[in-house]
Amino acid sequence: MGMIVIAMAIGIIMSTAGDASTYVSFGEAIARAKDGDDTKVHVVGRLKKDAKGHIIGMQYDPTIDPNYFAFTLVDTNRVEQRVVYFQPKPQDFERSEQVVITGNMQNQVFVADKILLKCPSKYVEKEVTASL
Amino acid sequence: MINTLIGDIGHVSVIIAFVAAMVASYAYFMASGNKVEASGDTSWRRLARGAFYVHSFAVLAVIFCLFNIIYEHRYEYYYAWSHSSNHLPVYYMISCFWEGQEGSFLLWIFWHVALGLALIRTSRKNKTWEAPVMATFSFVQIFLTSMILGVVIGDFKLGSSPFILMRDFMTDAPVFKMDPNFVPTDGTGLNPLLQNYWMVIHPPTLFLGFAATLVPFAFAIAGLWKGKFTEWVKPALPWTHFAALSLGIGTMMGAYWAYETLNFGGYWNWDPVENAVYIPWLVLVGAIHTMIAYRRSKQGLSASFILIIASFILILYATFLTRSGILGNASVHSFTDLGLSGQLFTYLAAFMVLSIALLVYRWKQIPSTEKELSTYSAEFWVFIGAAVLCLAGFQVLATTSIPVYNAFLGFIGIESNAALPADQIAHYTKFQLWAGVAIAVLTGVGQLLWWKKANKSSFKDAITLPLMFTLLLSSLVIILSNKFDVFAFKLDNPVYITLFVSSLFAVLANGSIIAGLVQKKVSLSGGAVAHIGVALMLVGILFSSGYDNIISQNHSGLLYSREFPDEINRDNVLLWRNAPTQMGKYKVSYHGQFMEVKGVPGYVSKELLFRTDDEYVAIARGDIKAKNKIYYKTGDTLDLHSPENTFFEVEYSNEEESFTLYPRAQVNENMGLLASPDIQHFADKDLYTHVSSIAPEEREWGQLQEYEVAAGDTLILNDYVAVFNGIERIPQVPGVVLADGDVAVQADMKILGERKEYHAHPVLMIKDQMMGRLPETIEDLGLRITFMNIDTENNRFTIGVNASQKDWIILKAIEKPFVNILWIGSIVMSIGFVMAIMRRKQENGSDGKAPATDRKNKRKVQAA
Repeated sequence: MGMIVIAMAIGIIMSTAGDASTYVSFGEAIARAKDGDDTKVHVVGRLKKDAKGHIIGMQYDPTIDPNYFAFTLVDTNRVEQRVVYFQPKPQDFERSEQVVITGNMQNQVFVADKILLKCPSKYVEKEVTASL
Repeated sequence: MINTLIGDIGHVSVIIAFVAAMVASYAYFMASGNKVEASGDTSWRRLARGAFYVHSFAVLAVIFCLFNIIYEHRYEYYYAWSHSSNHLPVYYMISCFWEGQEGSFLLWIFWHVALGLALIRTSRKNKTWEAPVMATFSFVQIFLTSMILGVVIGDFKLGSSPFILMRDFMTDAPVFKMDPNFVPTDGTGLNPLLQNYWMVIHPPTLFLGFAATLVPFAFAIAGLWKGKFTEWVKPALPWTHFAALSLGIGTMMGAYWAYETLNFGGYWNWDPVENAVYIPWLVLVGAIHTMIAYRRSKQGLSASFILIIASFILILYATFLTRSGILGNASVHSFTDLGLSGQLFTYLAAFMVLSIALLVYRWKQIPSTEKELSTYSAEFWVFIGAAVLCLAGFQVLATTSIPVYNAFLGFIGIESNAALPADQIAHYTKFQLWAGVAIAVLTGVGQLLWWKKANKSSFKDAITLPLMFTLLLSSLVIILSNKFDVFAFKLDNPVYITLFVSSLFAVLANGSIIAGLVQKKVSLSGGAVAHIGVALMLVGILFSSGYDNIISQNHSGLLYSREFPDEINRDNVLLWRNAPTQMGKYKVSYHGQFMEVKGVPGYVSKELLFRTDDEYVAIARGDIKAKNKIYYKTGDTLDLHSPENTFFEVEYSNEEESFTLYPRAQVNENMGLLASPDIQHFADKDLYTHVSSIAPEEREWGQLQEYEVAAGDTLILNDYVAVFNGIERIPQVPGVVLADGDVAVQADMKILGERKEYHAHPVLMIKDQMMGRLPETIEDLGLRITFMNIDTENNRFTIGVNASQKDWIILKAIEKPFVNILWIGSIVMSIGFVMAIMRRKQENGSDGKAPATDRKNKRKVQAA
């Protein structure tokens, strides 16, 4: 029985390794799509901003389609990519310091099915402003 | 005034608790020595007990000080400032206590103290275990109290103190440079998601489970250390049950909180924080099984040692995962990194190395039987069941630890970019579902073999009836769901059918055991009851998650979707205010924004509330009624429960029924929009509804249109018919103090909307010879009406009107069939555990364990 348990544990490890996703750049995500590899990957990036720090390229009009949100993400190699998310725009999206998206390239856009936001204000560094 | 005394008392108490734990640990260690034991010298034990009492008292003092800081709003302390605020009710102040890392460590320490005292008390009769068990207990307390010690020696920081002053925490803040005695007037408040009654009882229950795993661990270590390899199982067993019970209830409370408060659409998200508790729970339940098997047939002792030790180490690992910041991007709700990761790792490594080394050192001496297990012995199936539980736990562990592999590889200089699986639900389901199938079948087969005489023919007799009923009932359900629309789903997926059939078998087989035991001794049936609970939970999970149905499918707004025509689920629907939309079999309409007012049942429309500078206070714009009773009159001052919370009235109706839900959204400065669902419960399903997005609060108004009218005139405003009834002088204006010589008049207008008539009363006033205007907004119609001017000579009045886009929300609605079965199953499982504890306690007889425990359990079960 011990042997069977060990064999199954090894099977679990192999399968986990197979299911694990990877953090990649947009360049690699595009290369994968070209090779016909449609596995989902993680990309870490920041929102594209103009010189004044305003976010540019965000498209969300719920009155036309509440399930379509598009934005431009700049990955760690400074490559820009259009991203489409078929869900409502996350409400605190603009505040995010860093964005992690999960998905793959389809027809020249990155289709994200998950967005994780890292907001600087979320847990750390609240400021003392009260009664100043 | 800064009160440094209370913090100093607290800090000193932490240090006393830390030192006393060291003394207790050393003295208990000495008291466990063979020579001391043999000589009958009790001086070491007396010293150890005394030290542990001092430790316990100091811990209570720490808790008192920290709670006092929160309760008295002492914002000079960082803990109170960052976790509490002036308006927080007392029961949420309790939640503040453990919102922070330090407070939750304190809670854990507190339970260890409570359990330690219970052990000392119960061991008065059986003194052999006290010293070695309490040595481990006190040793653990050294590590835990060090986490909140907050001692800094040079660059080395030992623990994080909850008693740190604001000025010491924020040394760079200019305000403290100007005035070191500055005290903020209000705190930043408790995370609004935690302002929920489950958050008052879920953490204590969960931490009680964390703490209770230490008891069987301490017994196992004592058994290894003192060479009592077999005797420890008996006293440890009820505690193992107790730990599994509190951990299980704690986890399910967390799941229910997530279901009710968060908006990911369910009760379980495979978040590392959840997994971190699920893994030790599985291993602990596995340990219960090997221990029970050992008690009956003297087999499975080494496995029991391994699993008990593993479950405690996995609890430490869970602590390390969720508190060290190592999860980084992988989890949305781990604690803030307090820079304790090194200390946490030391804690984990110390216990892992020490206990495994002890186990290896003693391994050869652990008695084992060489007897082969026949497939018709119950123990054989019990061991397979334990193995399945552990493999299921191992699978979750292997995946949840992916961020740890990255960190480890990074530490030794290899760059790794592995991420958690993209589709976590599919990944975990593909293992856990089959583990569920295996467990369901094994509980049935194992229990039948356990209680019947284990041979081929009697087993066949025992299994025939449950098996027949299983096949009959499951075919019935499959046919009814597929051919007739009896249920909200069609049970046609072969994998789901497998899980359903095996769970049903588990219920019926265990049910037949209970039926048999009712006549003999029903108190023995705890196992069967717990197994039925587990099987019911599996059924509940199967239907609520496997067959959940998003009814808010969007079929309009196909403008953008041409890029990806087929594969995209459009799960959210936009609802304009008062414009009904068909959704599944319901007509759904959104009727506006509401708030909770103190003393008024239900919700009050925002349009009836005139907000003031104090965001917790509003003035009634009209009479506030609920169920034909007037609670407040126009002009009364009202207190709001929480200004952050807005409730969106959503009405569902069809020919058969109609009901109204109030999903909530909190607009929080720090965290953006936090949406919580409202759930309509039916016998066979839940309807789960939450807002995904809301219209921006600052909206754009169209150009001001001016109309000159006389009393009785009719006009058309933004396609609505409106009548100007006239004006009247009013003695007071909400929120304004009128002096002598000031005049206020209000216009009375009636507007005919789609559903009802609206009355608008815009105010024009002359105060201190200045003209002031108070417009009225009718949100339902998207109109803002301003009383511009009066021409007293001709009795003509000027009315200004702005129009705007109407208010809207985006809504997601999911049907979850039979989710009730999951909650019922959890309660049944807990009852089974309690029965097992009672039985084991009775068996242990006069040297019985845990007199205090079962009382606690009962309360917990009722709470669940």
